[in-house]
Amino acid sequence: MIRPFGPNEFWFIVFAVQWTLLLSAVAFAGGAIGGLLIALGRVSDNKVVRYLCLGFIRLFQGTPLLMQLFLVFFGLSIFGFGIDPWIAAAFALTLHASAFLGEIWRGCIEAVPRGQTEASWALGLSYFDRMKSVVLPQASRVAVAPTVGFLVQLIKGTSLASIIGFVELTRAGQIINNATFEPFKVFGLVALTYFIICWPLSIYARRMENRFAATARR
Amino acid sequence: MSATNTTSADMPAVRMKGVEKWYGEYHALTNVNLDVASGEKIVVCGPSGSGKSTLIRCVNQLETVQKGTIFVDGIELTAGPKNVEKVRRDVGMVFQQFNLFPHMTVLENCTLAPIKVRGVSKAEAEETARKYLARVRIPEQADKYPAQLSGGQQQRVAIARALCMNPKIMLFDEPTSALDPEMVKEVLDTMIDLANEGMTMMVVTHEMGFARKVADRVIFMDKGEIVEVGEPEEFFSNPKQERTRTFLGQISHT
Repeated sequence: MIRPFGPNEFWFIVFAVQWTLLLSAVAFAGGAIGGLLIALGRVSDNKVVRYLCLGFIRLFQGTPLLMQLFLVFFGLSIFGFGIDPWIAAAFALTLHASAFLGEIWRGCIEAVPRGQTEASWALGLSYFDRMKSVVLPQASRVAVAPTVGFLVQLIKGTSLASIIGFVELTRAGQIINNATFEPFKVFGLVALTYFIICWPLSIYARRMENRFAATARR
Repeated sequence: MSATNTTSADMPAVRMKGVEKWYGEYHALTNVNLDVASGEKIVVCGPSGSGKSTLIRCVNQLETVQKGTIFVDGIELTAGPKNVEKVRRDVGMVFQQFNLFPHMTVLENCTLAPIKVRGVSKAEAEETARKYLARVRIPEQADKYPAQLSGGQQQRVAIARALCMNPKIMLFDEPTSALDPEMVKEVLDTMIDLANEGMTMMVVTHEMGFARKVADRVIFMDKGEIVEVGEPEEFFSNPKQERTRTFLGQISHT
């Protein structure tokens, strides 16, 4: 029985975007916390911490996101945790975002001139105060553009959660397509929805980059 | 070390004993022995790469040393990280490149460490900061950002920022080398004021006029060694070592 592609089908897909956005938001928030810790670990004085964080980054940069999702989804069930696709997707994407944001932010921290750290030392500031008041505020200016750029990647990456059965935008499209057999219309709509979310973010990222370049020139 | 128990009363402001430092194969400091008395002004000069910056950067442990002991105000710096923190609180430093915090106003630059490290209230820290900004003759710049100031003004803010911690010793690492010539004097004048107030100072500089006027002793370094130490009059008119004579011959006669 083939259903026509009507307004119900249209709205089913468009409403599924809320799950894409929610999954992106959770992964981004979790990834921001994890990424900050990883970035600080990468610039730590402690060799062991530095290499552990490097290993974490390399692991997630060197494997496909889909494998990371599979490993978390099936891995959690081995350890007796429920295999709720929502939890698995959120957890896997958080780890993924932690690794990538950690590496991006490490670069931003290292872009802060060495003299800033030396001045902080000379004033007797603690590690915490040096990071919080001197280094991170300066690093965050550099970080805005690449961070938003990564957010775009992350939003598109959530589409892979459809494969472990989490109903977000892409999965909703698959469901509708299975009923309507109108793949071009269906996936055209899905792609357009992603585009409408991601395009403004890309523009924003580019604008921030230009603004930063302008201030750096001054 | 046996001297660990010595109280600060009978210790000089800075004591370096048998200090050695290597950067890999490169011997940056060779058997450095130096006492700096409280209130003394030391000028360190020498060709580039002679280890003069490294020497004063050891005093607040921006550089670590592999051998020897360093006492600052009676505290053994080389004994561990706790002591390093203690010493840094009481040692101010002014850098060649100013190293002001660009995202903070002048006033915030000056109050950050007193608030965070000394725990003084914001109001008190601001009062102190304004006092020192007035003393370095830029009270009206308090609410500007460093990038809005000239190099000479920035360096004077850096001096005020260090003074706000009420340091016992001030280190100056080529404080005028990055400045346009017309701004050198305003910074040197500020440093002369500070010297006249009795601050203990160690200054790496090529400004020999400043050395003549202010220094109690001039130290000449070459290849990581202290080659010659002398009072400025004697040092400039009658240097003992050949290497000192060569160096003084090469720099302009000021």
